[in-house]
Amino acid sequence: MAEDYIALNNVKKSFGPKHVLNGVTVGVPKGHSLVVIGGSGIGKSVMLKCILGLLQPDSGSIRIAGEEVVGLSGKARDDYLSRFGMLFQGAALFDSLSVWENVAFGLIQGRHMARAKARDIAIEKLGQVGLTPEVAKLYPAELSGGMQKRVGLARAIAADPEIIFFDEPTTGLDPIMADVINNLIVDCVKRLGATTVSITHDMASARKIADDIAMIFKGEIIWQGPAKSIDTSGNPYVDQFIHGRAEGPIEMDVLKP
Amino acid sequence: MNIFAHIGRATLALLGEVGRVALFLKDALLQGLTPKIFVRQILEQMMRIGYFSLPVVGLTAFFTGGALALQIYLGSSRFNAESLVASIVALGITRELGPVLAGLMVAGRVGASIAAELGTMRVTEQIDALVTLATNPFKYLVGPRIIAAVVTLPLLVAIADVIGIMGGYIVGTRSIGLNGYAYIRNTADFLQFNDVSSGLIKAAVFGFIIAVMGCYHGFNSKGGAQGVGRATTNAVVSSAILILAANFALTSLLFAD
Repeated sequence: MAEDYIALNNVKKSFGPKHVLNGVTVGVPKGHSLVVIGGSGIGKSVMLKCILGLLQPDSGSIRIAGEEVVGLSGKARDDYLSRFGMLFQGAALFDSLSVWENVAFGLIQGRHMARAKARDIAIEKLGQVGLTPEVAKLYPAELSGGMQKRVGLARAIAADPEIIFFDEPTTGLDPIMADVINNLIVDCVKRLGATTVSITHDMASARKIADDIAMIFKGEIIWQGPAKSIDTSGNPYVDQFIHGRAEGPIEMDVLKP
Repeated sequence: MNIFAHIGRATLALLGEVGRVALFLKDALLQGLTPKIFVRQILEQMMRIGYFSLPVVGLTAFFTGGALALQIYLGSSRFNAESLVASIVALGITRELGPVLAGLMVAGRVGASIAAELGTMRVTEQIDALVTLATNPFKYLVGPRIIAAVVTLPLLVAIADVIGIMGGYIVGTRSIGLNGYAYIRNTADFLQFNDVSSGLIKAAVFGFIIAVMGCYHGFNSKGGAQGVGRATTNAVVSSAILILAANFALTSLLFAD
């Protein structure tokens, strides 16, 4: 069997005495979309940041297209990062730059493209996420939350990345806008043929964009399987999560009255 | 509580902070001040750090020069040494008050804004977003601010020197009644190159301190609005104290003969 395009093997990460990742092992085949579900604050974001190299894992291996990427630095790391796109939870747009400069940022700074050409590409990418060229001149503070997310998506796909990460793409949006974003993600990913990893706790979003779903709990992957089989997983943790029940094997640290 | 435990904890915290600043400084110098250089960012920061600080620094220098002239006159007139007013004002301004007061004013104005801006970028994941767009935040954010501060602070102080001496001249001739021609003559004859250059060297060091402390506290801020507020306060307080300490060290170094 060929190795997965993105392969995490026994990745561990602790912050002081707090063990956030307890040996995460998960793989994504090329061109697939993996959605990682799990409650708040159980290490989903930390896992993404480890893959991106924003955090160093304490141990374990992360391989992208067969290459070990833990501990890369300097030029090798820049090259590695230039294959990624990422949509942040809060969009993380640069508020000192206009919308098109945000979208074109990776092209101008990372790939040294001429500004005029980068601007044309930025406007084209904005079109793909359903924004008109007039929006390009605005600043992020002048946009609504849904529009900011769309600009963030345009920025993530601007450099035609091979791998895209989505950090809670629908959190904080109304259900209709959330579905619009989901559709855009599916469209964009299909168009690019990219491999994607998303983290979310929005099951509607997970069902829509996932080929495979993995559930993370207490720093470990406790279930992974095709998106269609999520309802018949037979895993009590997964069942509790997808049905959103307060009672079940997952106990929240909430004081009972 | 055990008093030794308190002292020990405080000492360890201080040493830990010194170590973190030293590590940050290493990255700032090795990554931030090596190619690639973001010229556009440097020019923008020079505008914000240097040009927009002119009114504040100018006003400070003007009133300080005036007050200095008045005090020196009141003191020196007790033993008929009024002719010393011009030379002591020039010396005081160029050697000590010009650089120190400009440094402190810029620390308050610019150090705070650097820390607040970078701190906000940190908590809204904009700094992480830079990394994912294959742009090193030390090169894009820290380097240009250090370069701009180190270049513009001496220019600001040079202007402050002129305005400060002018403040002394106006008070000396208008309210004390010294001869204007003699005042300028005394200043020009007495002032040596070393007096001015030592102040400019100090200014460059102060600029470095302000930019590094602003960036350090901004980069390491966490926890939303409160964290950014704390970072801003820490940036101003720490750079003000470091400026005063560095000023003492530099005075003993530059005027040791």
